[in-house]
Amino acid sequence: MSRESALVTADWVEEHLADDGVVLIEVDEDTTAYDKGHIAGAIKLDWKNDLQDPVRRDFVSKEQFEALLSERGVSNDDTVVLYGGNNNWFAAYAYWYFKLYGHQDVKLLDGGRKKWELDSRELVEEIPTRETTSYTAQEQDLSIRAFRDEVVAAIGVQNLIDVRSPDEFAGRLLAPAHLPQEQAQRGGHIPTAGNVPWSKAANDDGTFKSNEELEALYAEAGLDRSKDTIAYCRIGERSSHTWFVLQELLEIPNVKNYDGSWTEYGSLIGVPVALGDEPGEA
Amino acid sequence: MCGATRGGPSLDGVDLEKESVIQGIVTKEGEPVGNAYVRLLDATGEFTAEVPTSATGQFRFFAAPGQWTLRTLAPRVQPVDRRVQAQRGSAVDIEVTLEAV
Repeated sequence: MSRESALVTADWVEEHLADDGVVLIEVDEDTTAYDKGHIAGAIKLDWKNDLQDPVRRDFVSKEQFEALLSERGVSNDDTVVLYGGNNNWFAAYAYWYFKLYGHQDVKLLDGGRKKWELDSRELVEEIPTRETTSYTAQEQDLSIRAFRDEVVAAIGVQNLIDVRSPDEFAGRLLAPAHLPQEQAQRGGHIPTAGNVPWSKAANDDGTFKSNEELEALYAEAGLDRSKDTIAYCRIGERSSHTWFVLQELLEIPNVKNYDGSWTEYGSLIGVPVALGDEPGEA
Repeated sequence: MCGATRGGPSLDGVDLEKESVIQGIVTKEGEPVGNAYVRLLDATGEFTAEVPTSATGQFRFFAAPGQWTLRTLAPRVQPVDRRVQAQRGSAVDIEVTLEAV
């Protein structure tokens, strides 16, 4: 992957949105955003109802993912272009999810829904119909997904990047500030994690910064390219944004997203937690 | 939009003992702006959160006590920054006024 293959501009989408073999998919934290208007031809995926198991805290199975994409009319050889609100948080999460299940050609619309709206580009309410397909997913690619035990083992060993806001990192806030703060878990961060808020990788309009700016950002934060890397946030969607930057735009190998993130880690009994603005000791 | 109340959304159901609410409304030429984005920046200017405004131009954040900046973006206007002080116990309610470029 590279910036050229993983990212498309709004102009590119306007030119190609009606092409055969291109499927636009909107994924938002606010799952009603699509219903109020979306890019012409785009279908919707609901990050919770479609992509999360309804009972256990986990993703849908390979078979469920196959059934979902078949029903929505996505083919294995389609170019999937994802976009969404919140600076593409949930679209980046879906991108990572499509990669987890082995979809070959998936791209992110640079700037997502916000850039599209700020440019005053067209949104429509018409919901497209697509022929059902017979989609085949791969087994999960666990080279890009981290679980709690390997996160604990990575303390002081691998690059750990906490991409939440500085106040969440320090333990002063428990959730991003557009959500109520009352939560079950403890505040703080995984010891030795550096804090590089996901937002530093994006411009105000939601587009990604240039590769030169991104290289400088992570170099300044002390990211050691000789080590493997795990990114996390609160529930794994903002860290998908950073995973996308590191692995897809900067082509850094061996980057995993810890989707359990702080809502899991901050509730574990017995694991170390660091408070305050410094990474802390292993 | 007819019947839109001035100021932020209703605080029914929000526990102000636990939350430090910053909320309000975005307007342009006296009308609510339903397609704006409000960004919450912390005391160092670092991004903390962002919400799109509702159809009635309203927005809300659950912050922590302290100094914050609201940066409002919308189509065809200059971004507007407003500094606010959040505290527990009472919501900060402000009107962000946008001017056409």
